[in-house]
Amino acid sequence: MAAPAFEPGRQSDLLVKLNRLLERCLRNSKCIDTESLCVVAGEKVWQIRVDLHLLNHDGNIIDAASIAAIVALSHFRRPDVSVQGDEVTLYTHEERDPVPLSIHHMPICVSFAFFQQGTYLLVDPNEREERVMDGLLVIAMNKHREICTIQSSGGIMLLKDQVLRCSKIAGVKVAEITELIQKALENDQKVRKEGGKFGFAESIANQKITAFKMEKAPVDTSNVEEKAEEIIAEAEPPSEVVSKPVLWTPGTAQIGEGIENSWGELEESEKEDEDEVGSDEAIILDNIKMNTGVEVFTSGNQDAPIVLSDSEEEEMIVLEPDKNPKKIRTQIISAKEEKAPSRKTVKKRKKNC
Amino acid sequence: MAGLELLSDQGYRVDGRRAGELRKIQARMGVFAQADGSAYIEQGNTKALAVVYGPHEIRGSRSRALPDRALVNCQYSSATFSTGERKRRPHGDRKSSEMGLQLRQTFEAAILTQLHPRSQIDIYVQVLQADGGTYAACVNAATLAVLDAGIPMRDFVCACSAGFVDGTSLADLSHVEEAAGGPQLALALLPASGQIALLEMDARLHEDHLEQVLEAAARAARDVHTLLDRVVRQHVQEASLLLGD
Repeated sequence: MAAPAFEPGRQSDLLVKLNRLLERCLRNSKCIDTESLCVVAGEKVWQIRVDLHLLNHDGNIIDAASIAAIVALSHFRRPDVSVQGDEVTLYTHEERDPVPLSIHHMPICVSFAFFQQGTYLLVDPNEREERVMDGLLVIAMNKHREICTIQSSGGIMLLKDQVLRCSKIAGVKVAEITELIQKALENDQKVRKEGGKFGFAESIANQKITAFKMEKAPVDTSNVEEKAEEIIAEAEPPSEVVSKPVLWTPGTAQIGEGIENSWGELEESEKEDEDEVGSDEAIILDNIKMNTGVEVFTSGNQDAPIVLSDSEEEEMIVLEPDKNPKKIRTQIISAKEEKAPSRKTVKKRKKNC
Repeated sequence: MAGLELLSDQGYRVDGRRAGELRKIQARMGVFAQADGSAYIEQGNTKALAVVYGPHEIRGSRSRALPDRALVNCQYSSATFSTGERKRRPHGDRKSSEMGLQLRQTFEAAILTQLHPRSQIDIYVQVLQADGGTYAACVNAATLAVLDAGIPMRDFVCACSAGFVDGTSLADLSHVEEAAGGPQLALALLPASGQIALLEMDARLHEDHLEQVLEAAARAARDVHTLLDRVVRQHVQEASLLLGD
């Protein structure tokens, strides 16, 4: 869930490393007083379990996981229990207030990424930096400047003074983070007592849930006018659009370009039908012809009407009422026209009869 | 921890050593005929065995082959009879996986992997008796085994553990001292340059004492190096005698 590279189910190297590091950091450093978890010596004891779920991976999982674990442990309240002789009574949350765990100290991990054989050092690497780093050094410290765990990984060669320098930086970071944690815990306790809202949803900032908003950035518009004038002066004058009648063939004229067909792109078969029909109307000229029309406009400013003869449209012959049609298609059309008058004569005959 | 004095007033530890003194180290190379390289090391009561196969062709998925370097594969296994109480799982549990990862990381940095592209080097380490300082013993045994296999390395990789009690740093911890719960540091070092190949520390140690403990561990690792160097030279001498050079 956290990153595209993570596959579910497989116990990868990273998981093992993270698990072991957190175990050592939290368990071996004895941050929790385990003796206080005993209920009946030798028989009953409280078992504490920390489950970590990584939601989003943007680098440095180790630090985030260690902070989450220790804060969860500090925030946790276990049910109160009382022992009278052999009887053990477990009180629910309503009967008695739950008891917090006794935490001695808060170990927090700080990661350092090394680049170029130790020349460069980055604290708290993000995902991209992690991908190209040479090696990683993790130092877990608490606010009393006690080192709980050190682990170097990734096969980098360290020098002793680098390690010492990192431990000093870690000390500073851990102090800041511990203060932040204390404040957050106090805040939460206060809010719970007052009866306000608390929980995961409340802790996420409102802006981030629904929209990714960009903050308003002031734009300097003081010298926009001067710039506009400069641009206008330097630009070329737009070409003059002269409406000239374009003669496609004798008997037709086109003034202007007409409005583009707003019915959408006609299918090719329909276009062919249109060509076949042919006519002396200018509207039937389709988009292809429009394009050629534009080219003609820019070619020259002649006064004589321009006669177009596209080589593409050789097949199409515009019907002239007084000329004989040359092609078969148009013959059919002419046949139709000839039939029309005959129909009329037929009608007349019928009427007579 | 109550009652057991890790460091007496006169400066003697539980087993009679001084603070900076190492346990007795005995090592042998070329223990097995089948493997390309093998070594056996005894550090006090800790006994570890290392076996190296390689460089050979990548077994299993060819896709894992690296075009410019060799792949180093390490497995750590601790025998069921190695500890006081019988261990259930010799390998496959998380601690063994972690040790394997750490060994791999250490040796990937030390072996000149660029000389053997697209091949694989296997290092298997078995702990026969664990009496403290198991990581250090494994690394030392693996170094000897790799040298026995003739695989070129940048330098020896020498490791030692160190602890801190009553203001003094102890070198080469035994099991009793480890179980006492004080801070323990495991350090793997390339002695000539002083570069740290692996650094691992457990339990709480104040930052001011870190330098002291690091220094003690580094010194102990260098002492280990002198010993291992002697072992290697002796082995080479014996081998050349047998060959009749």
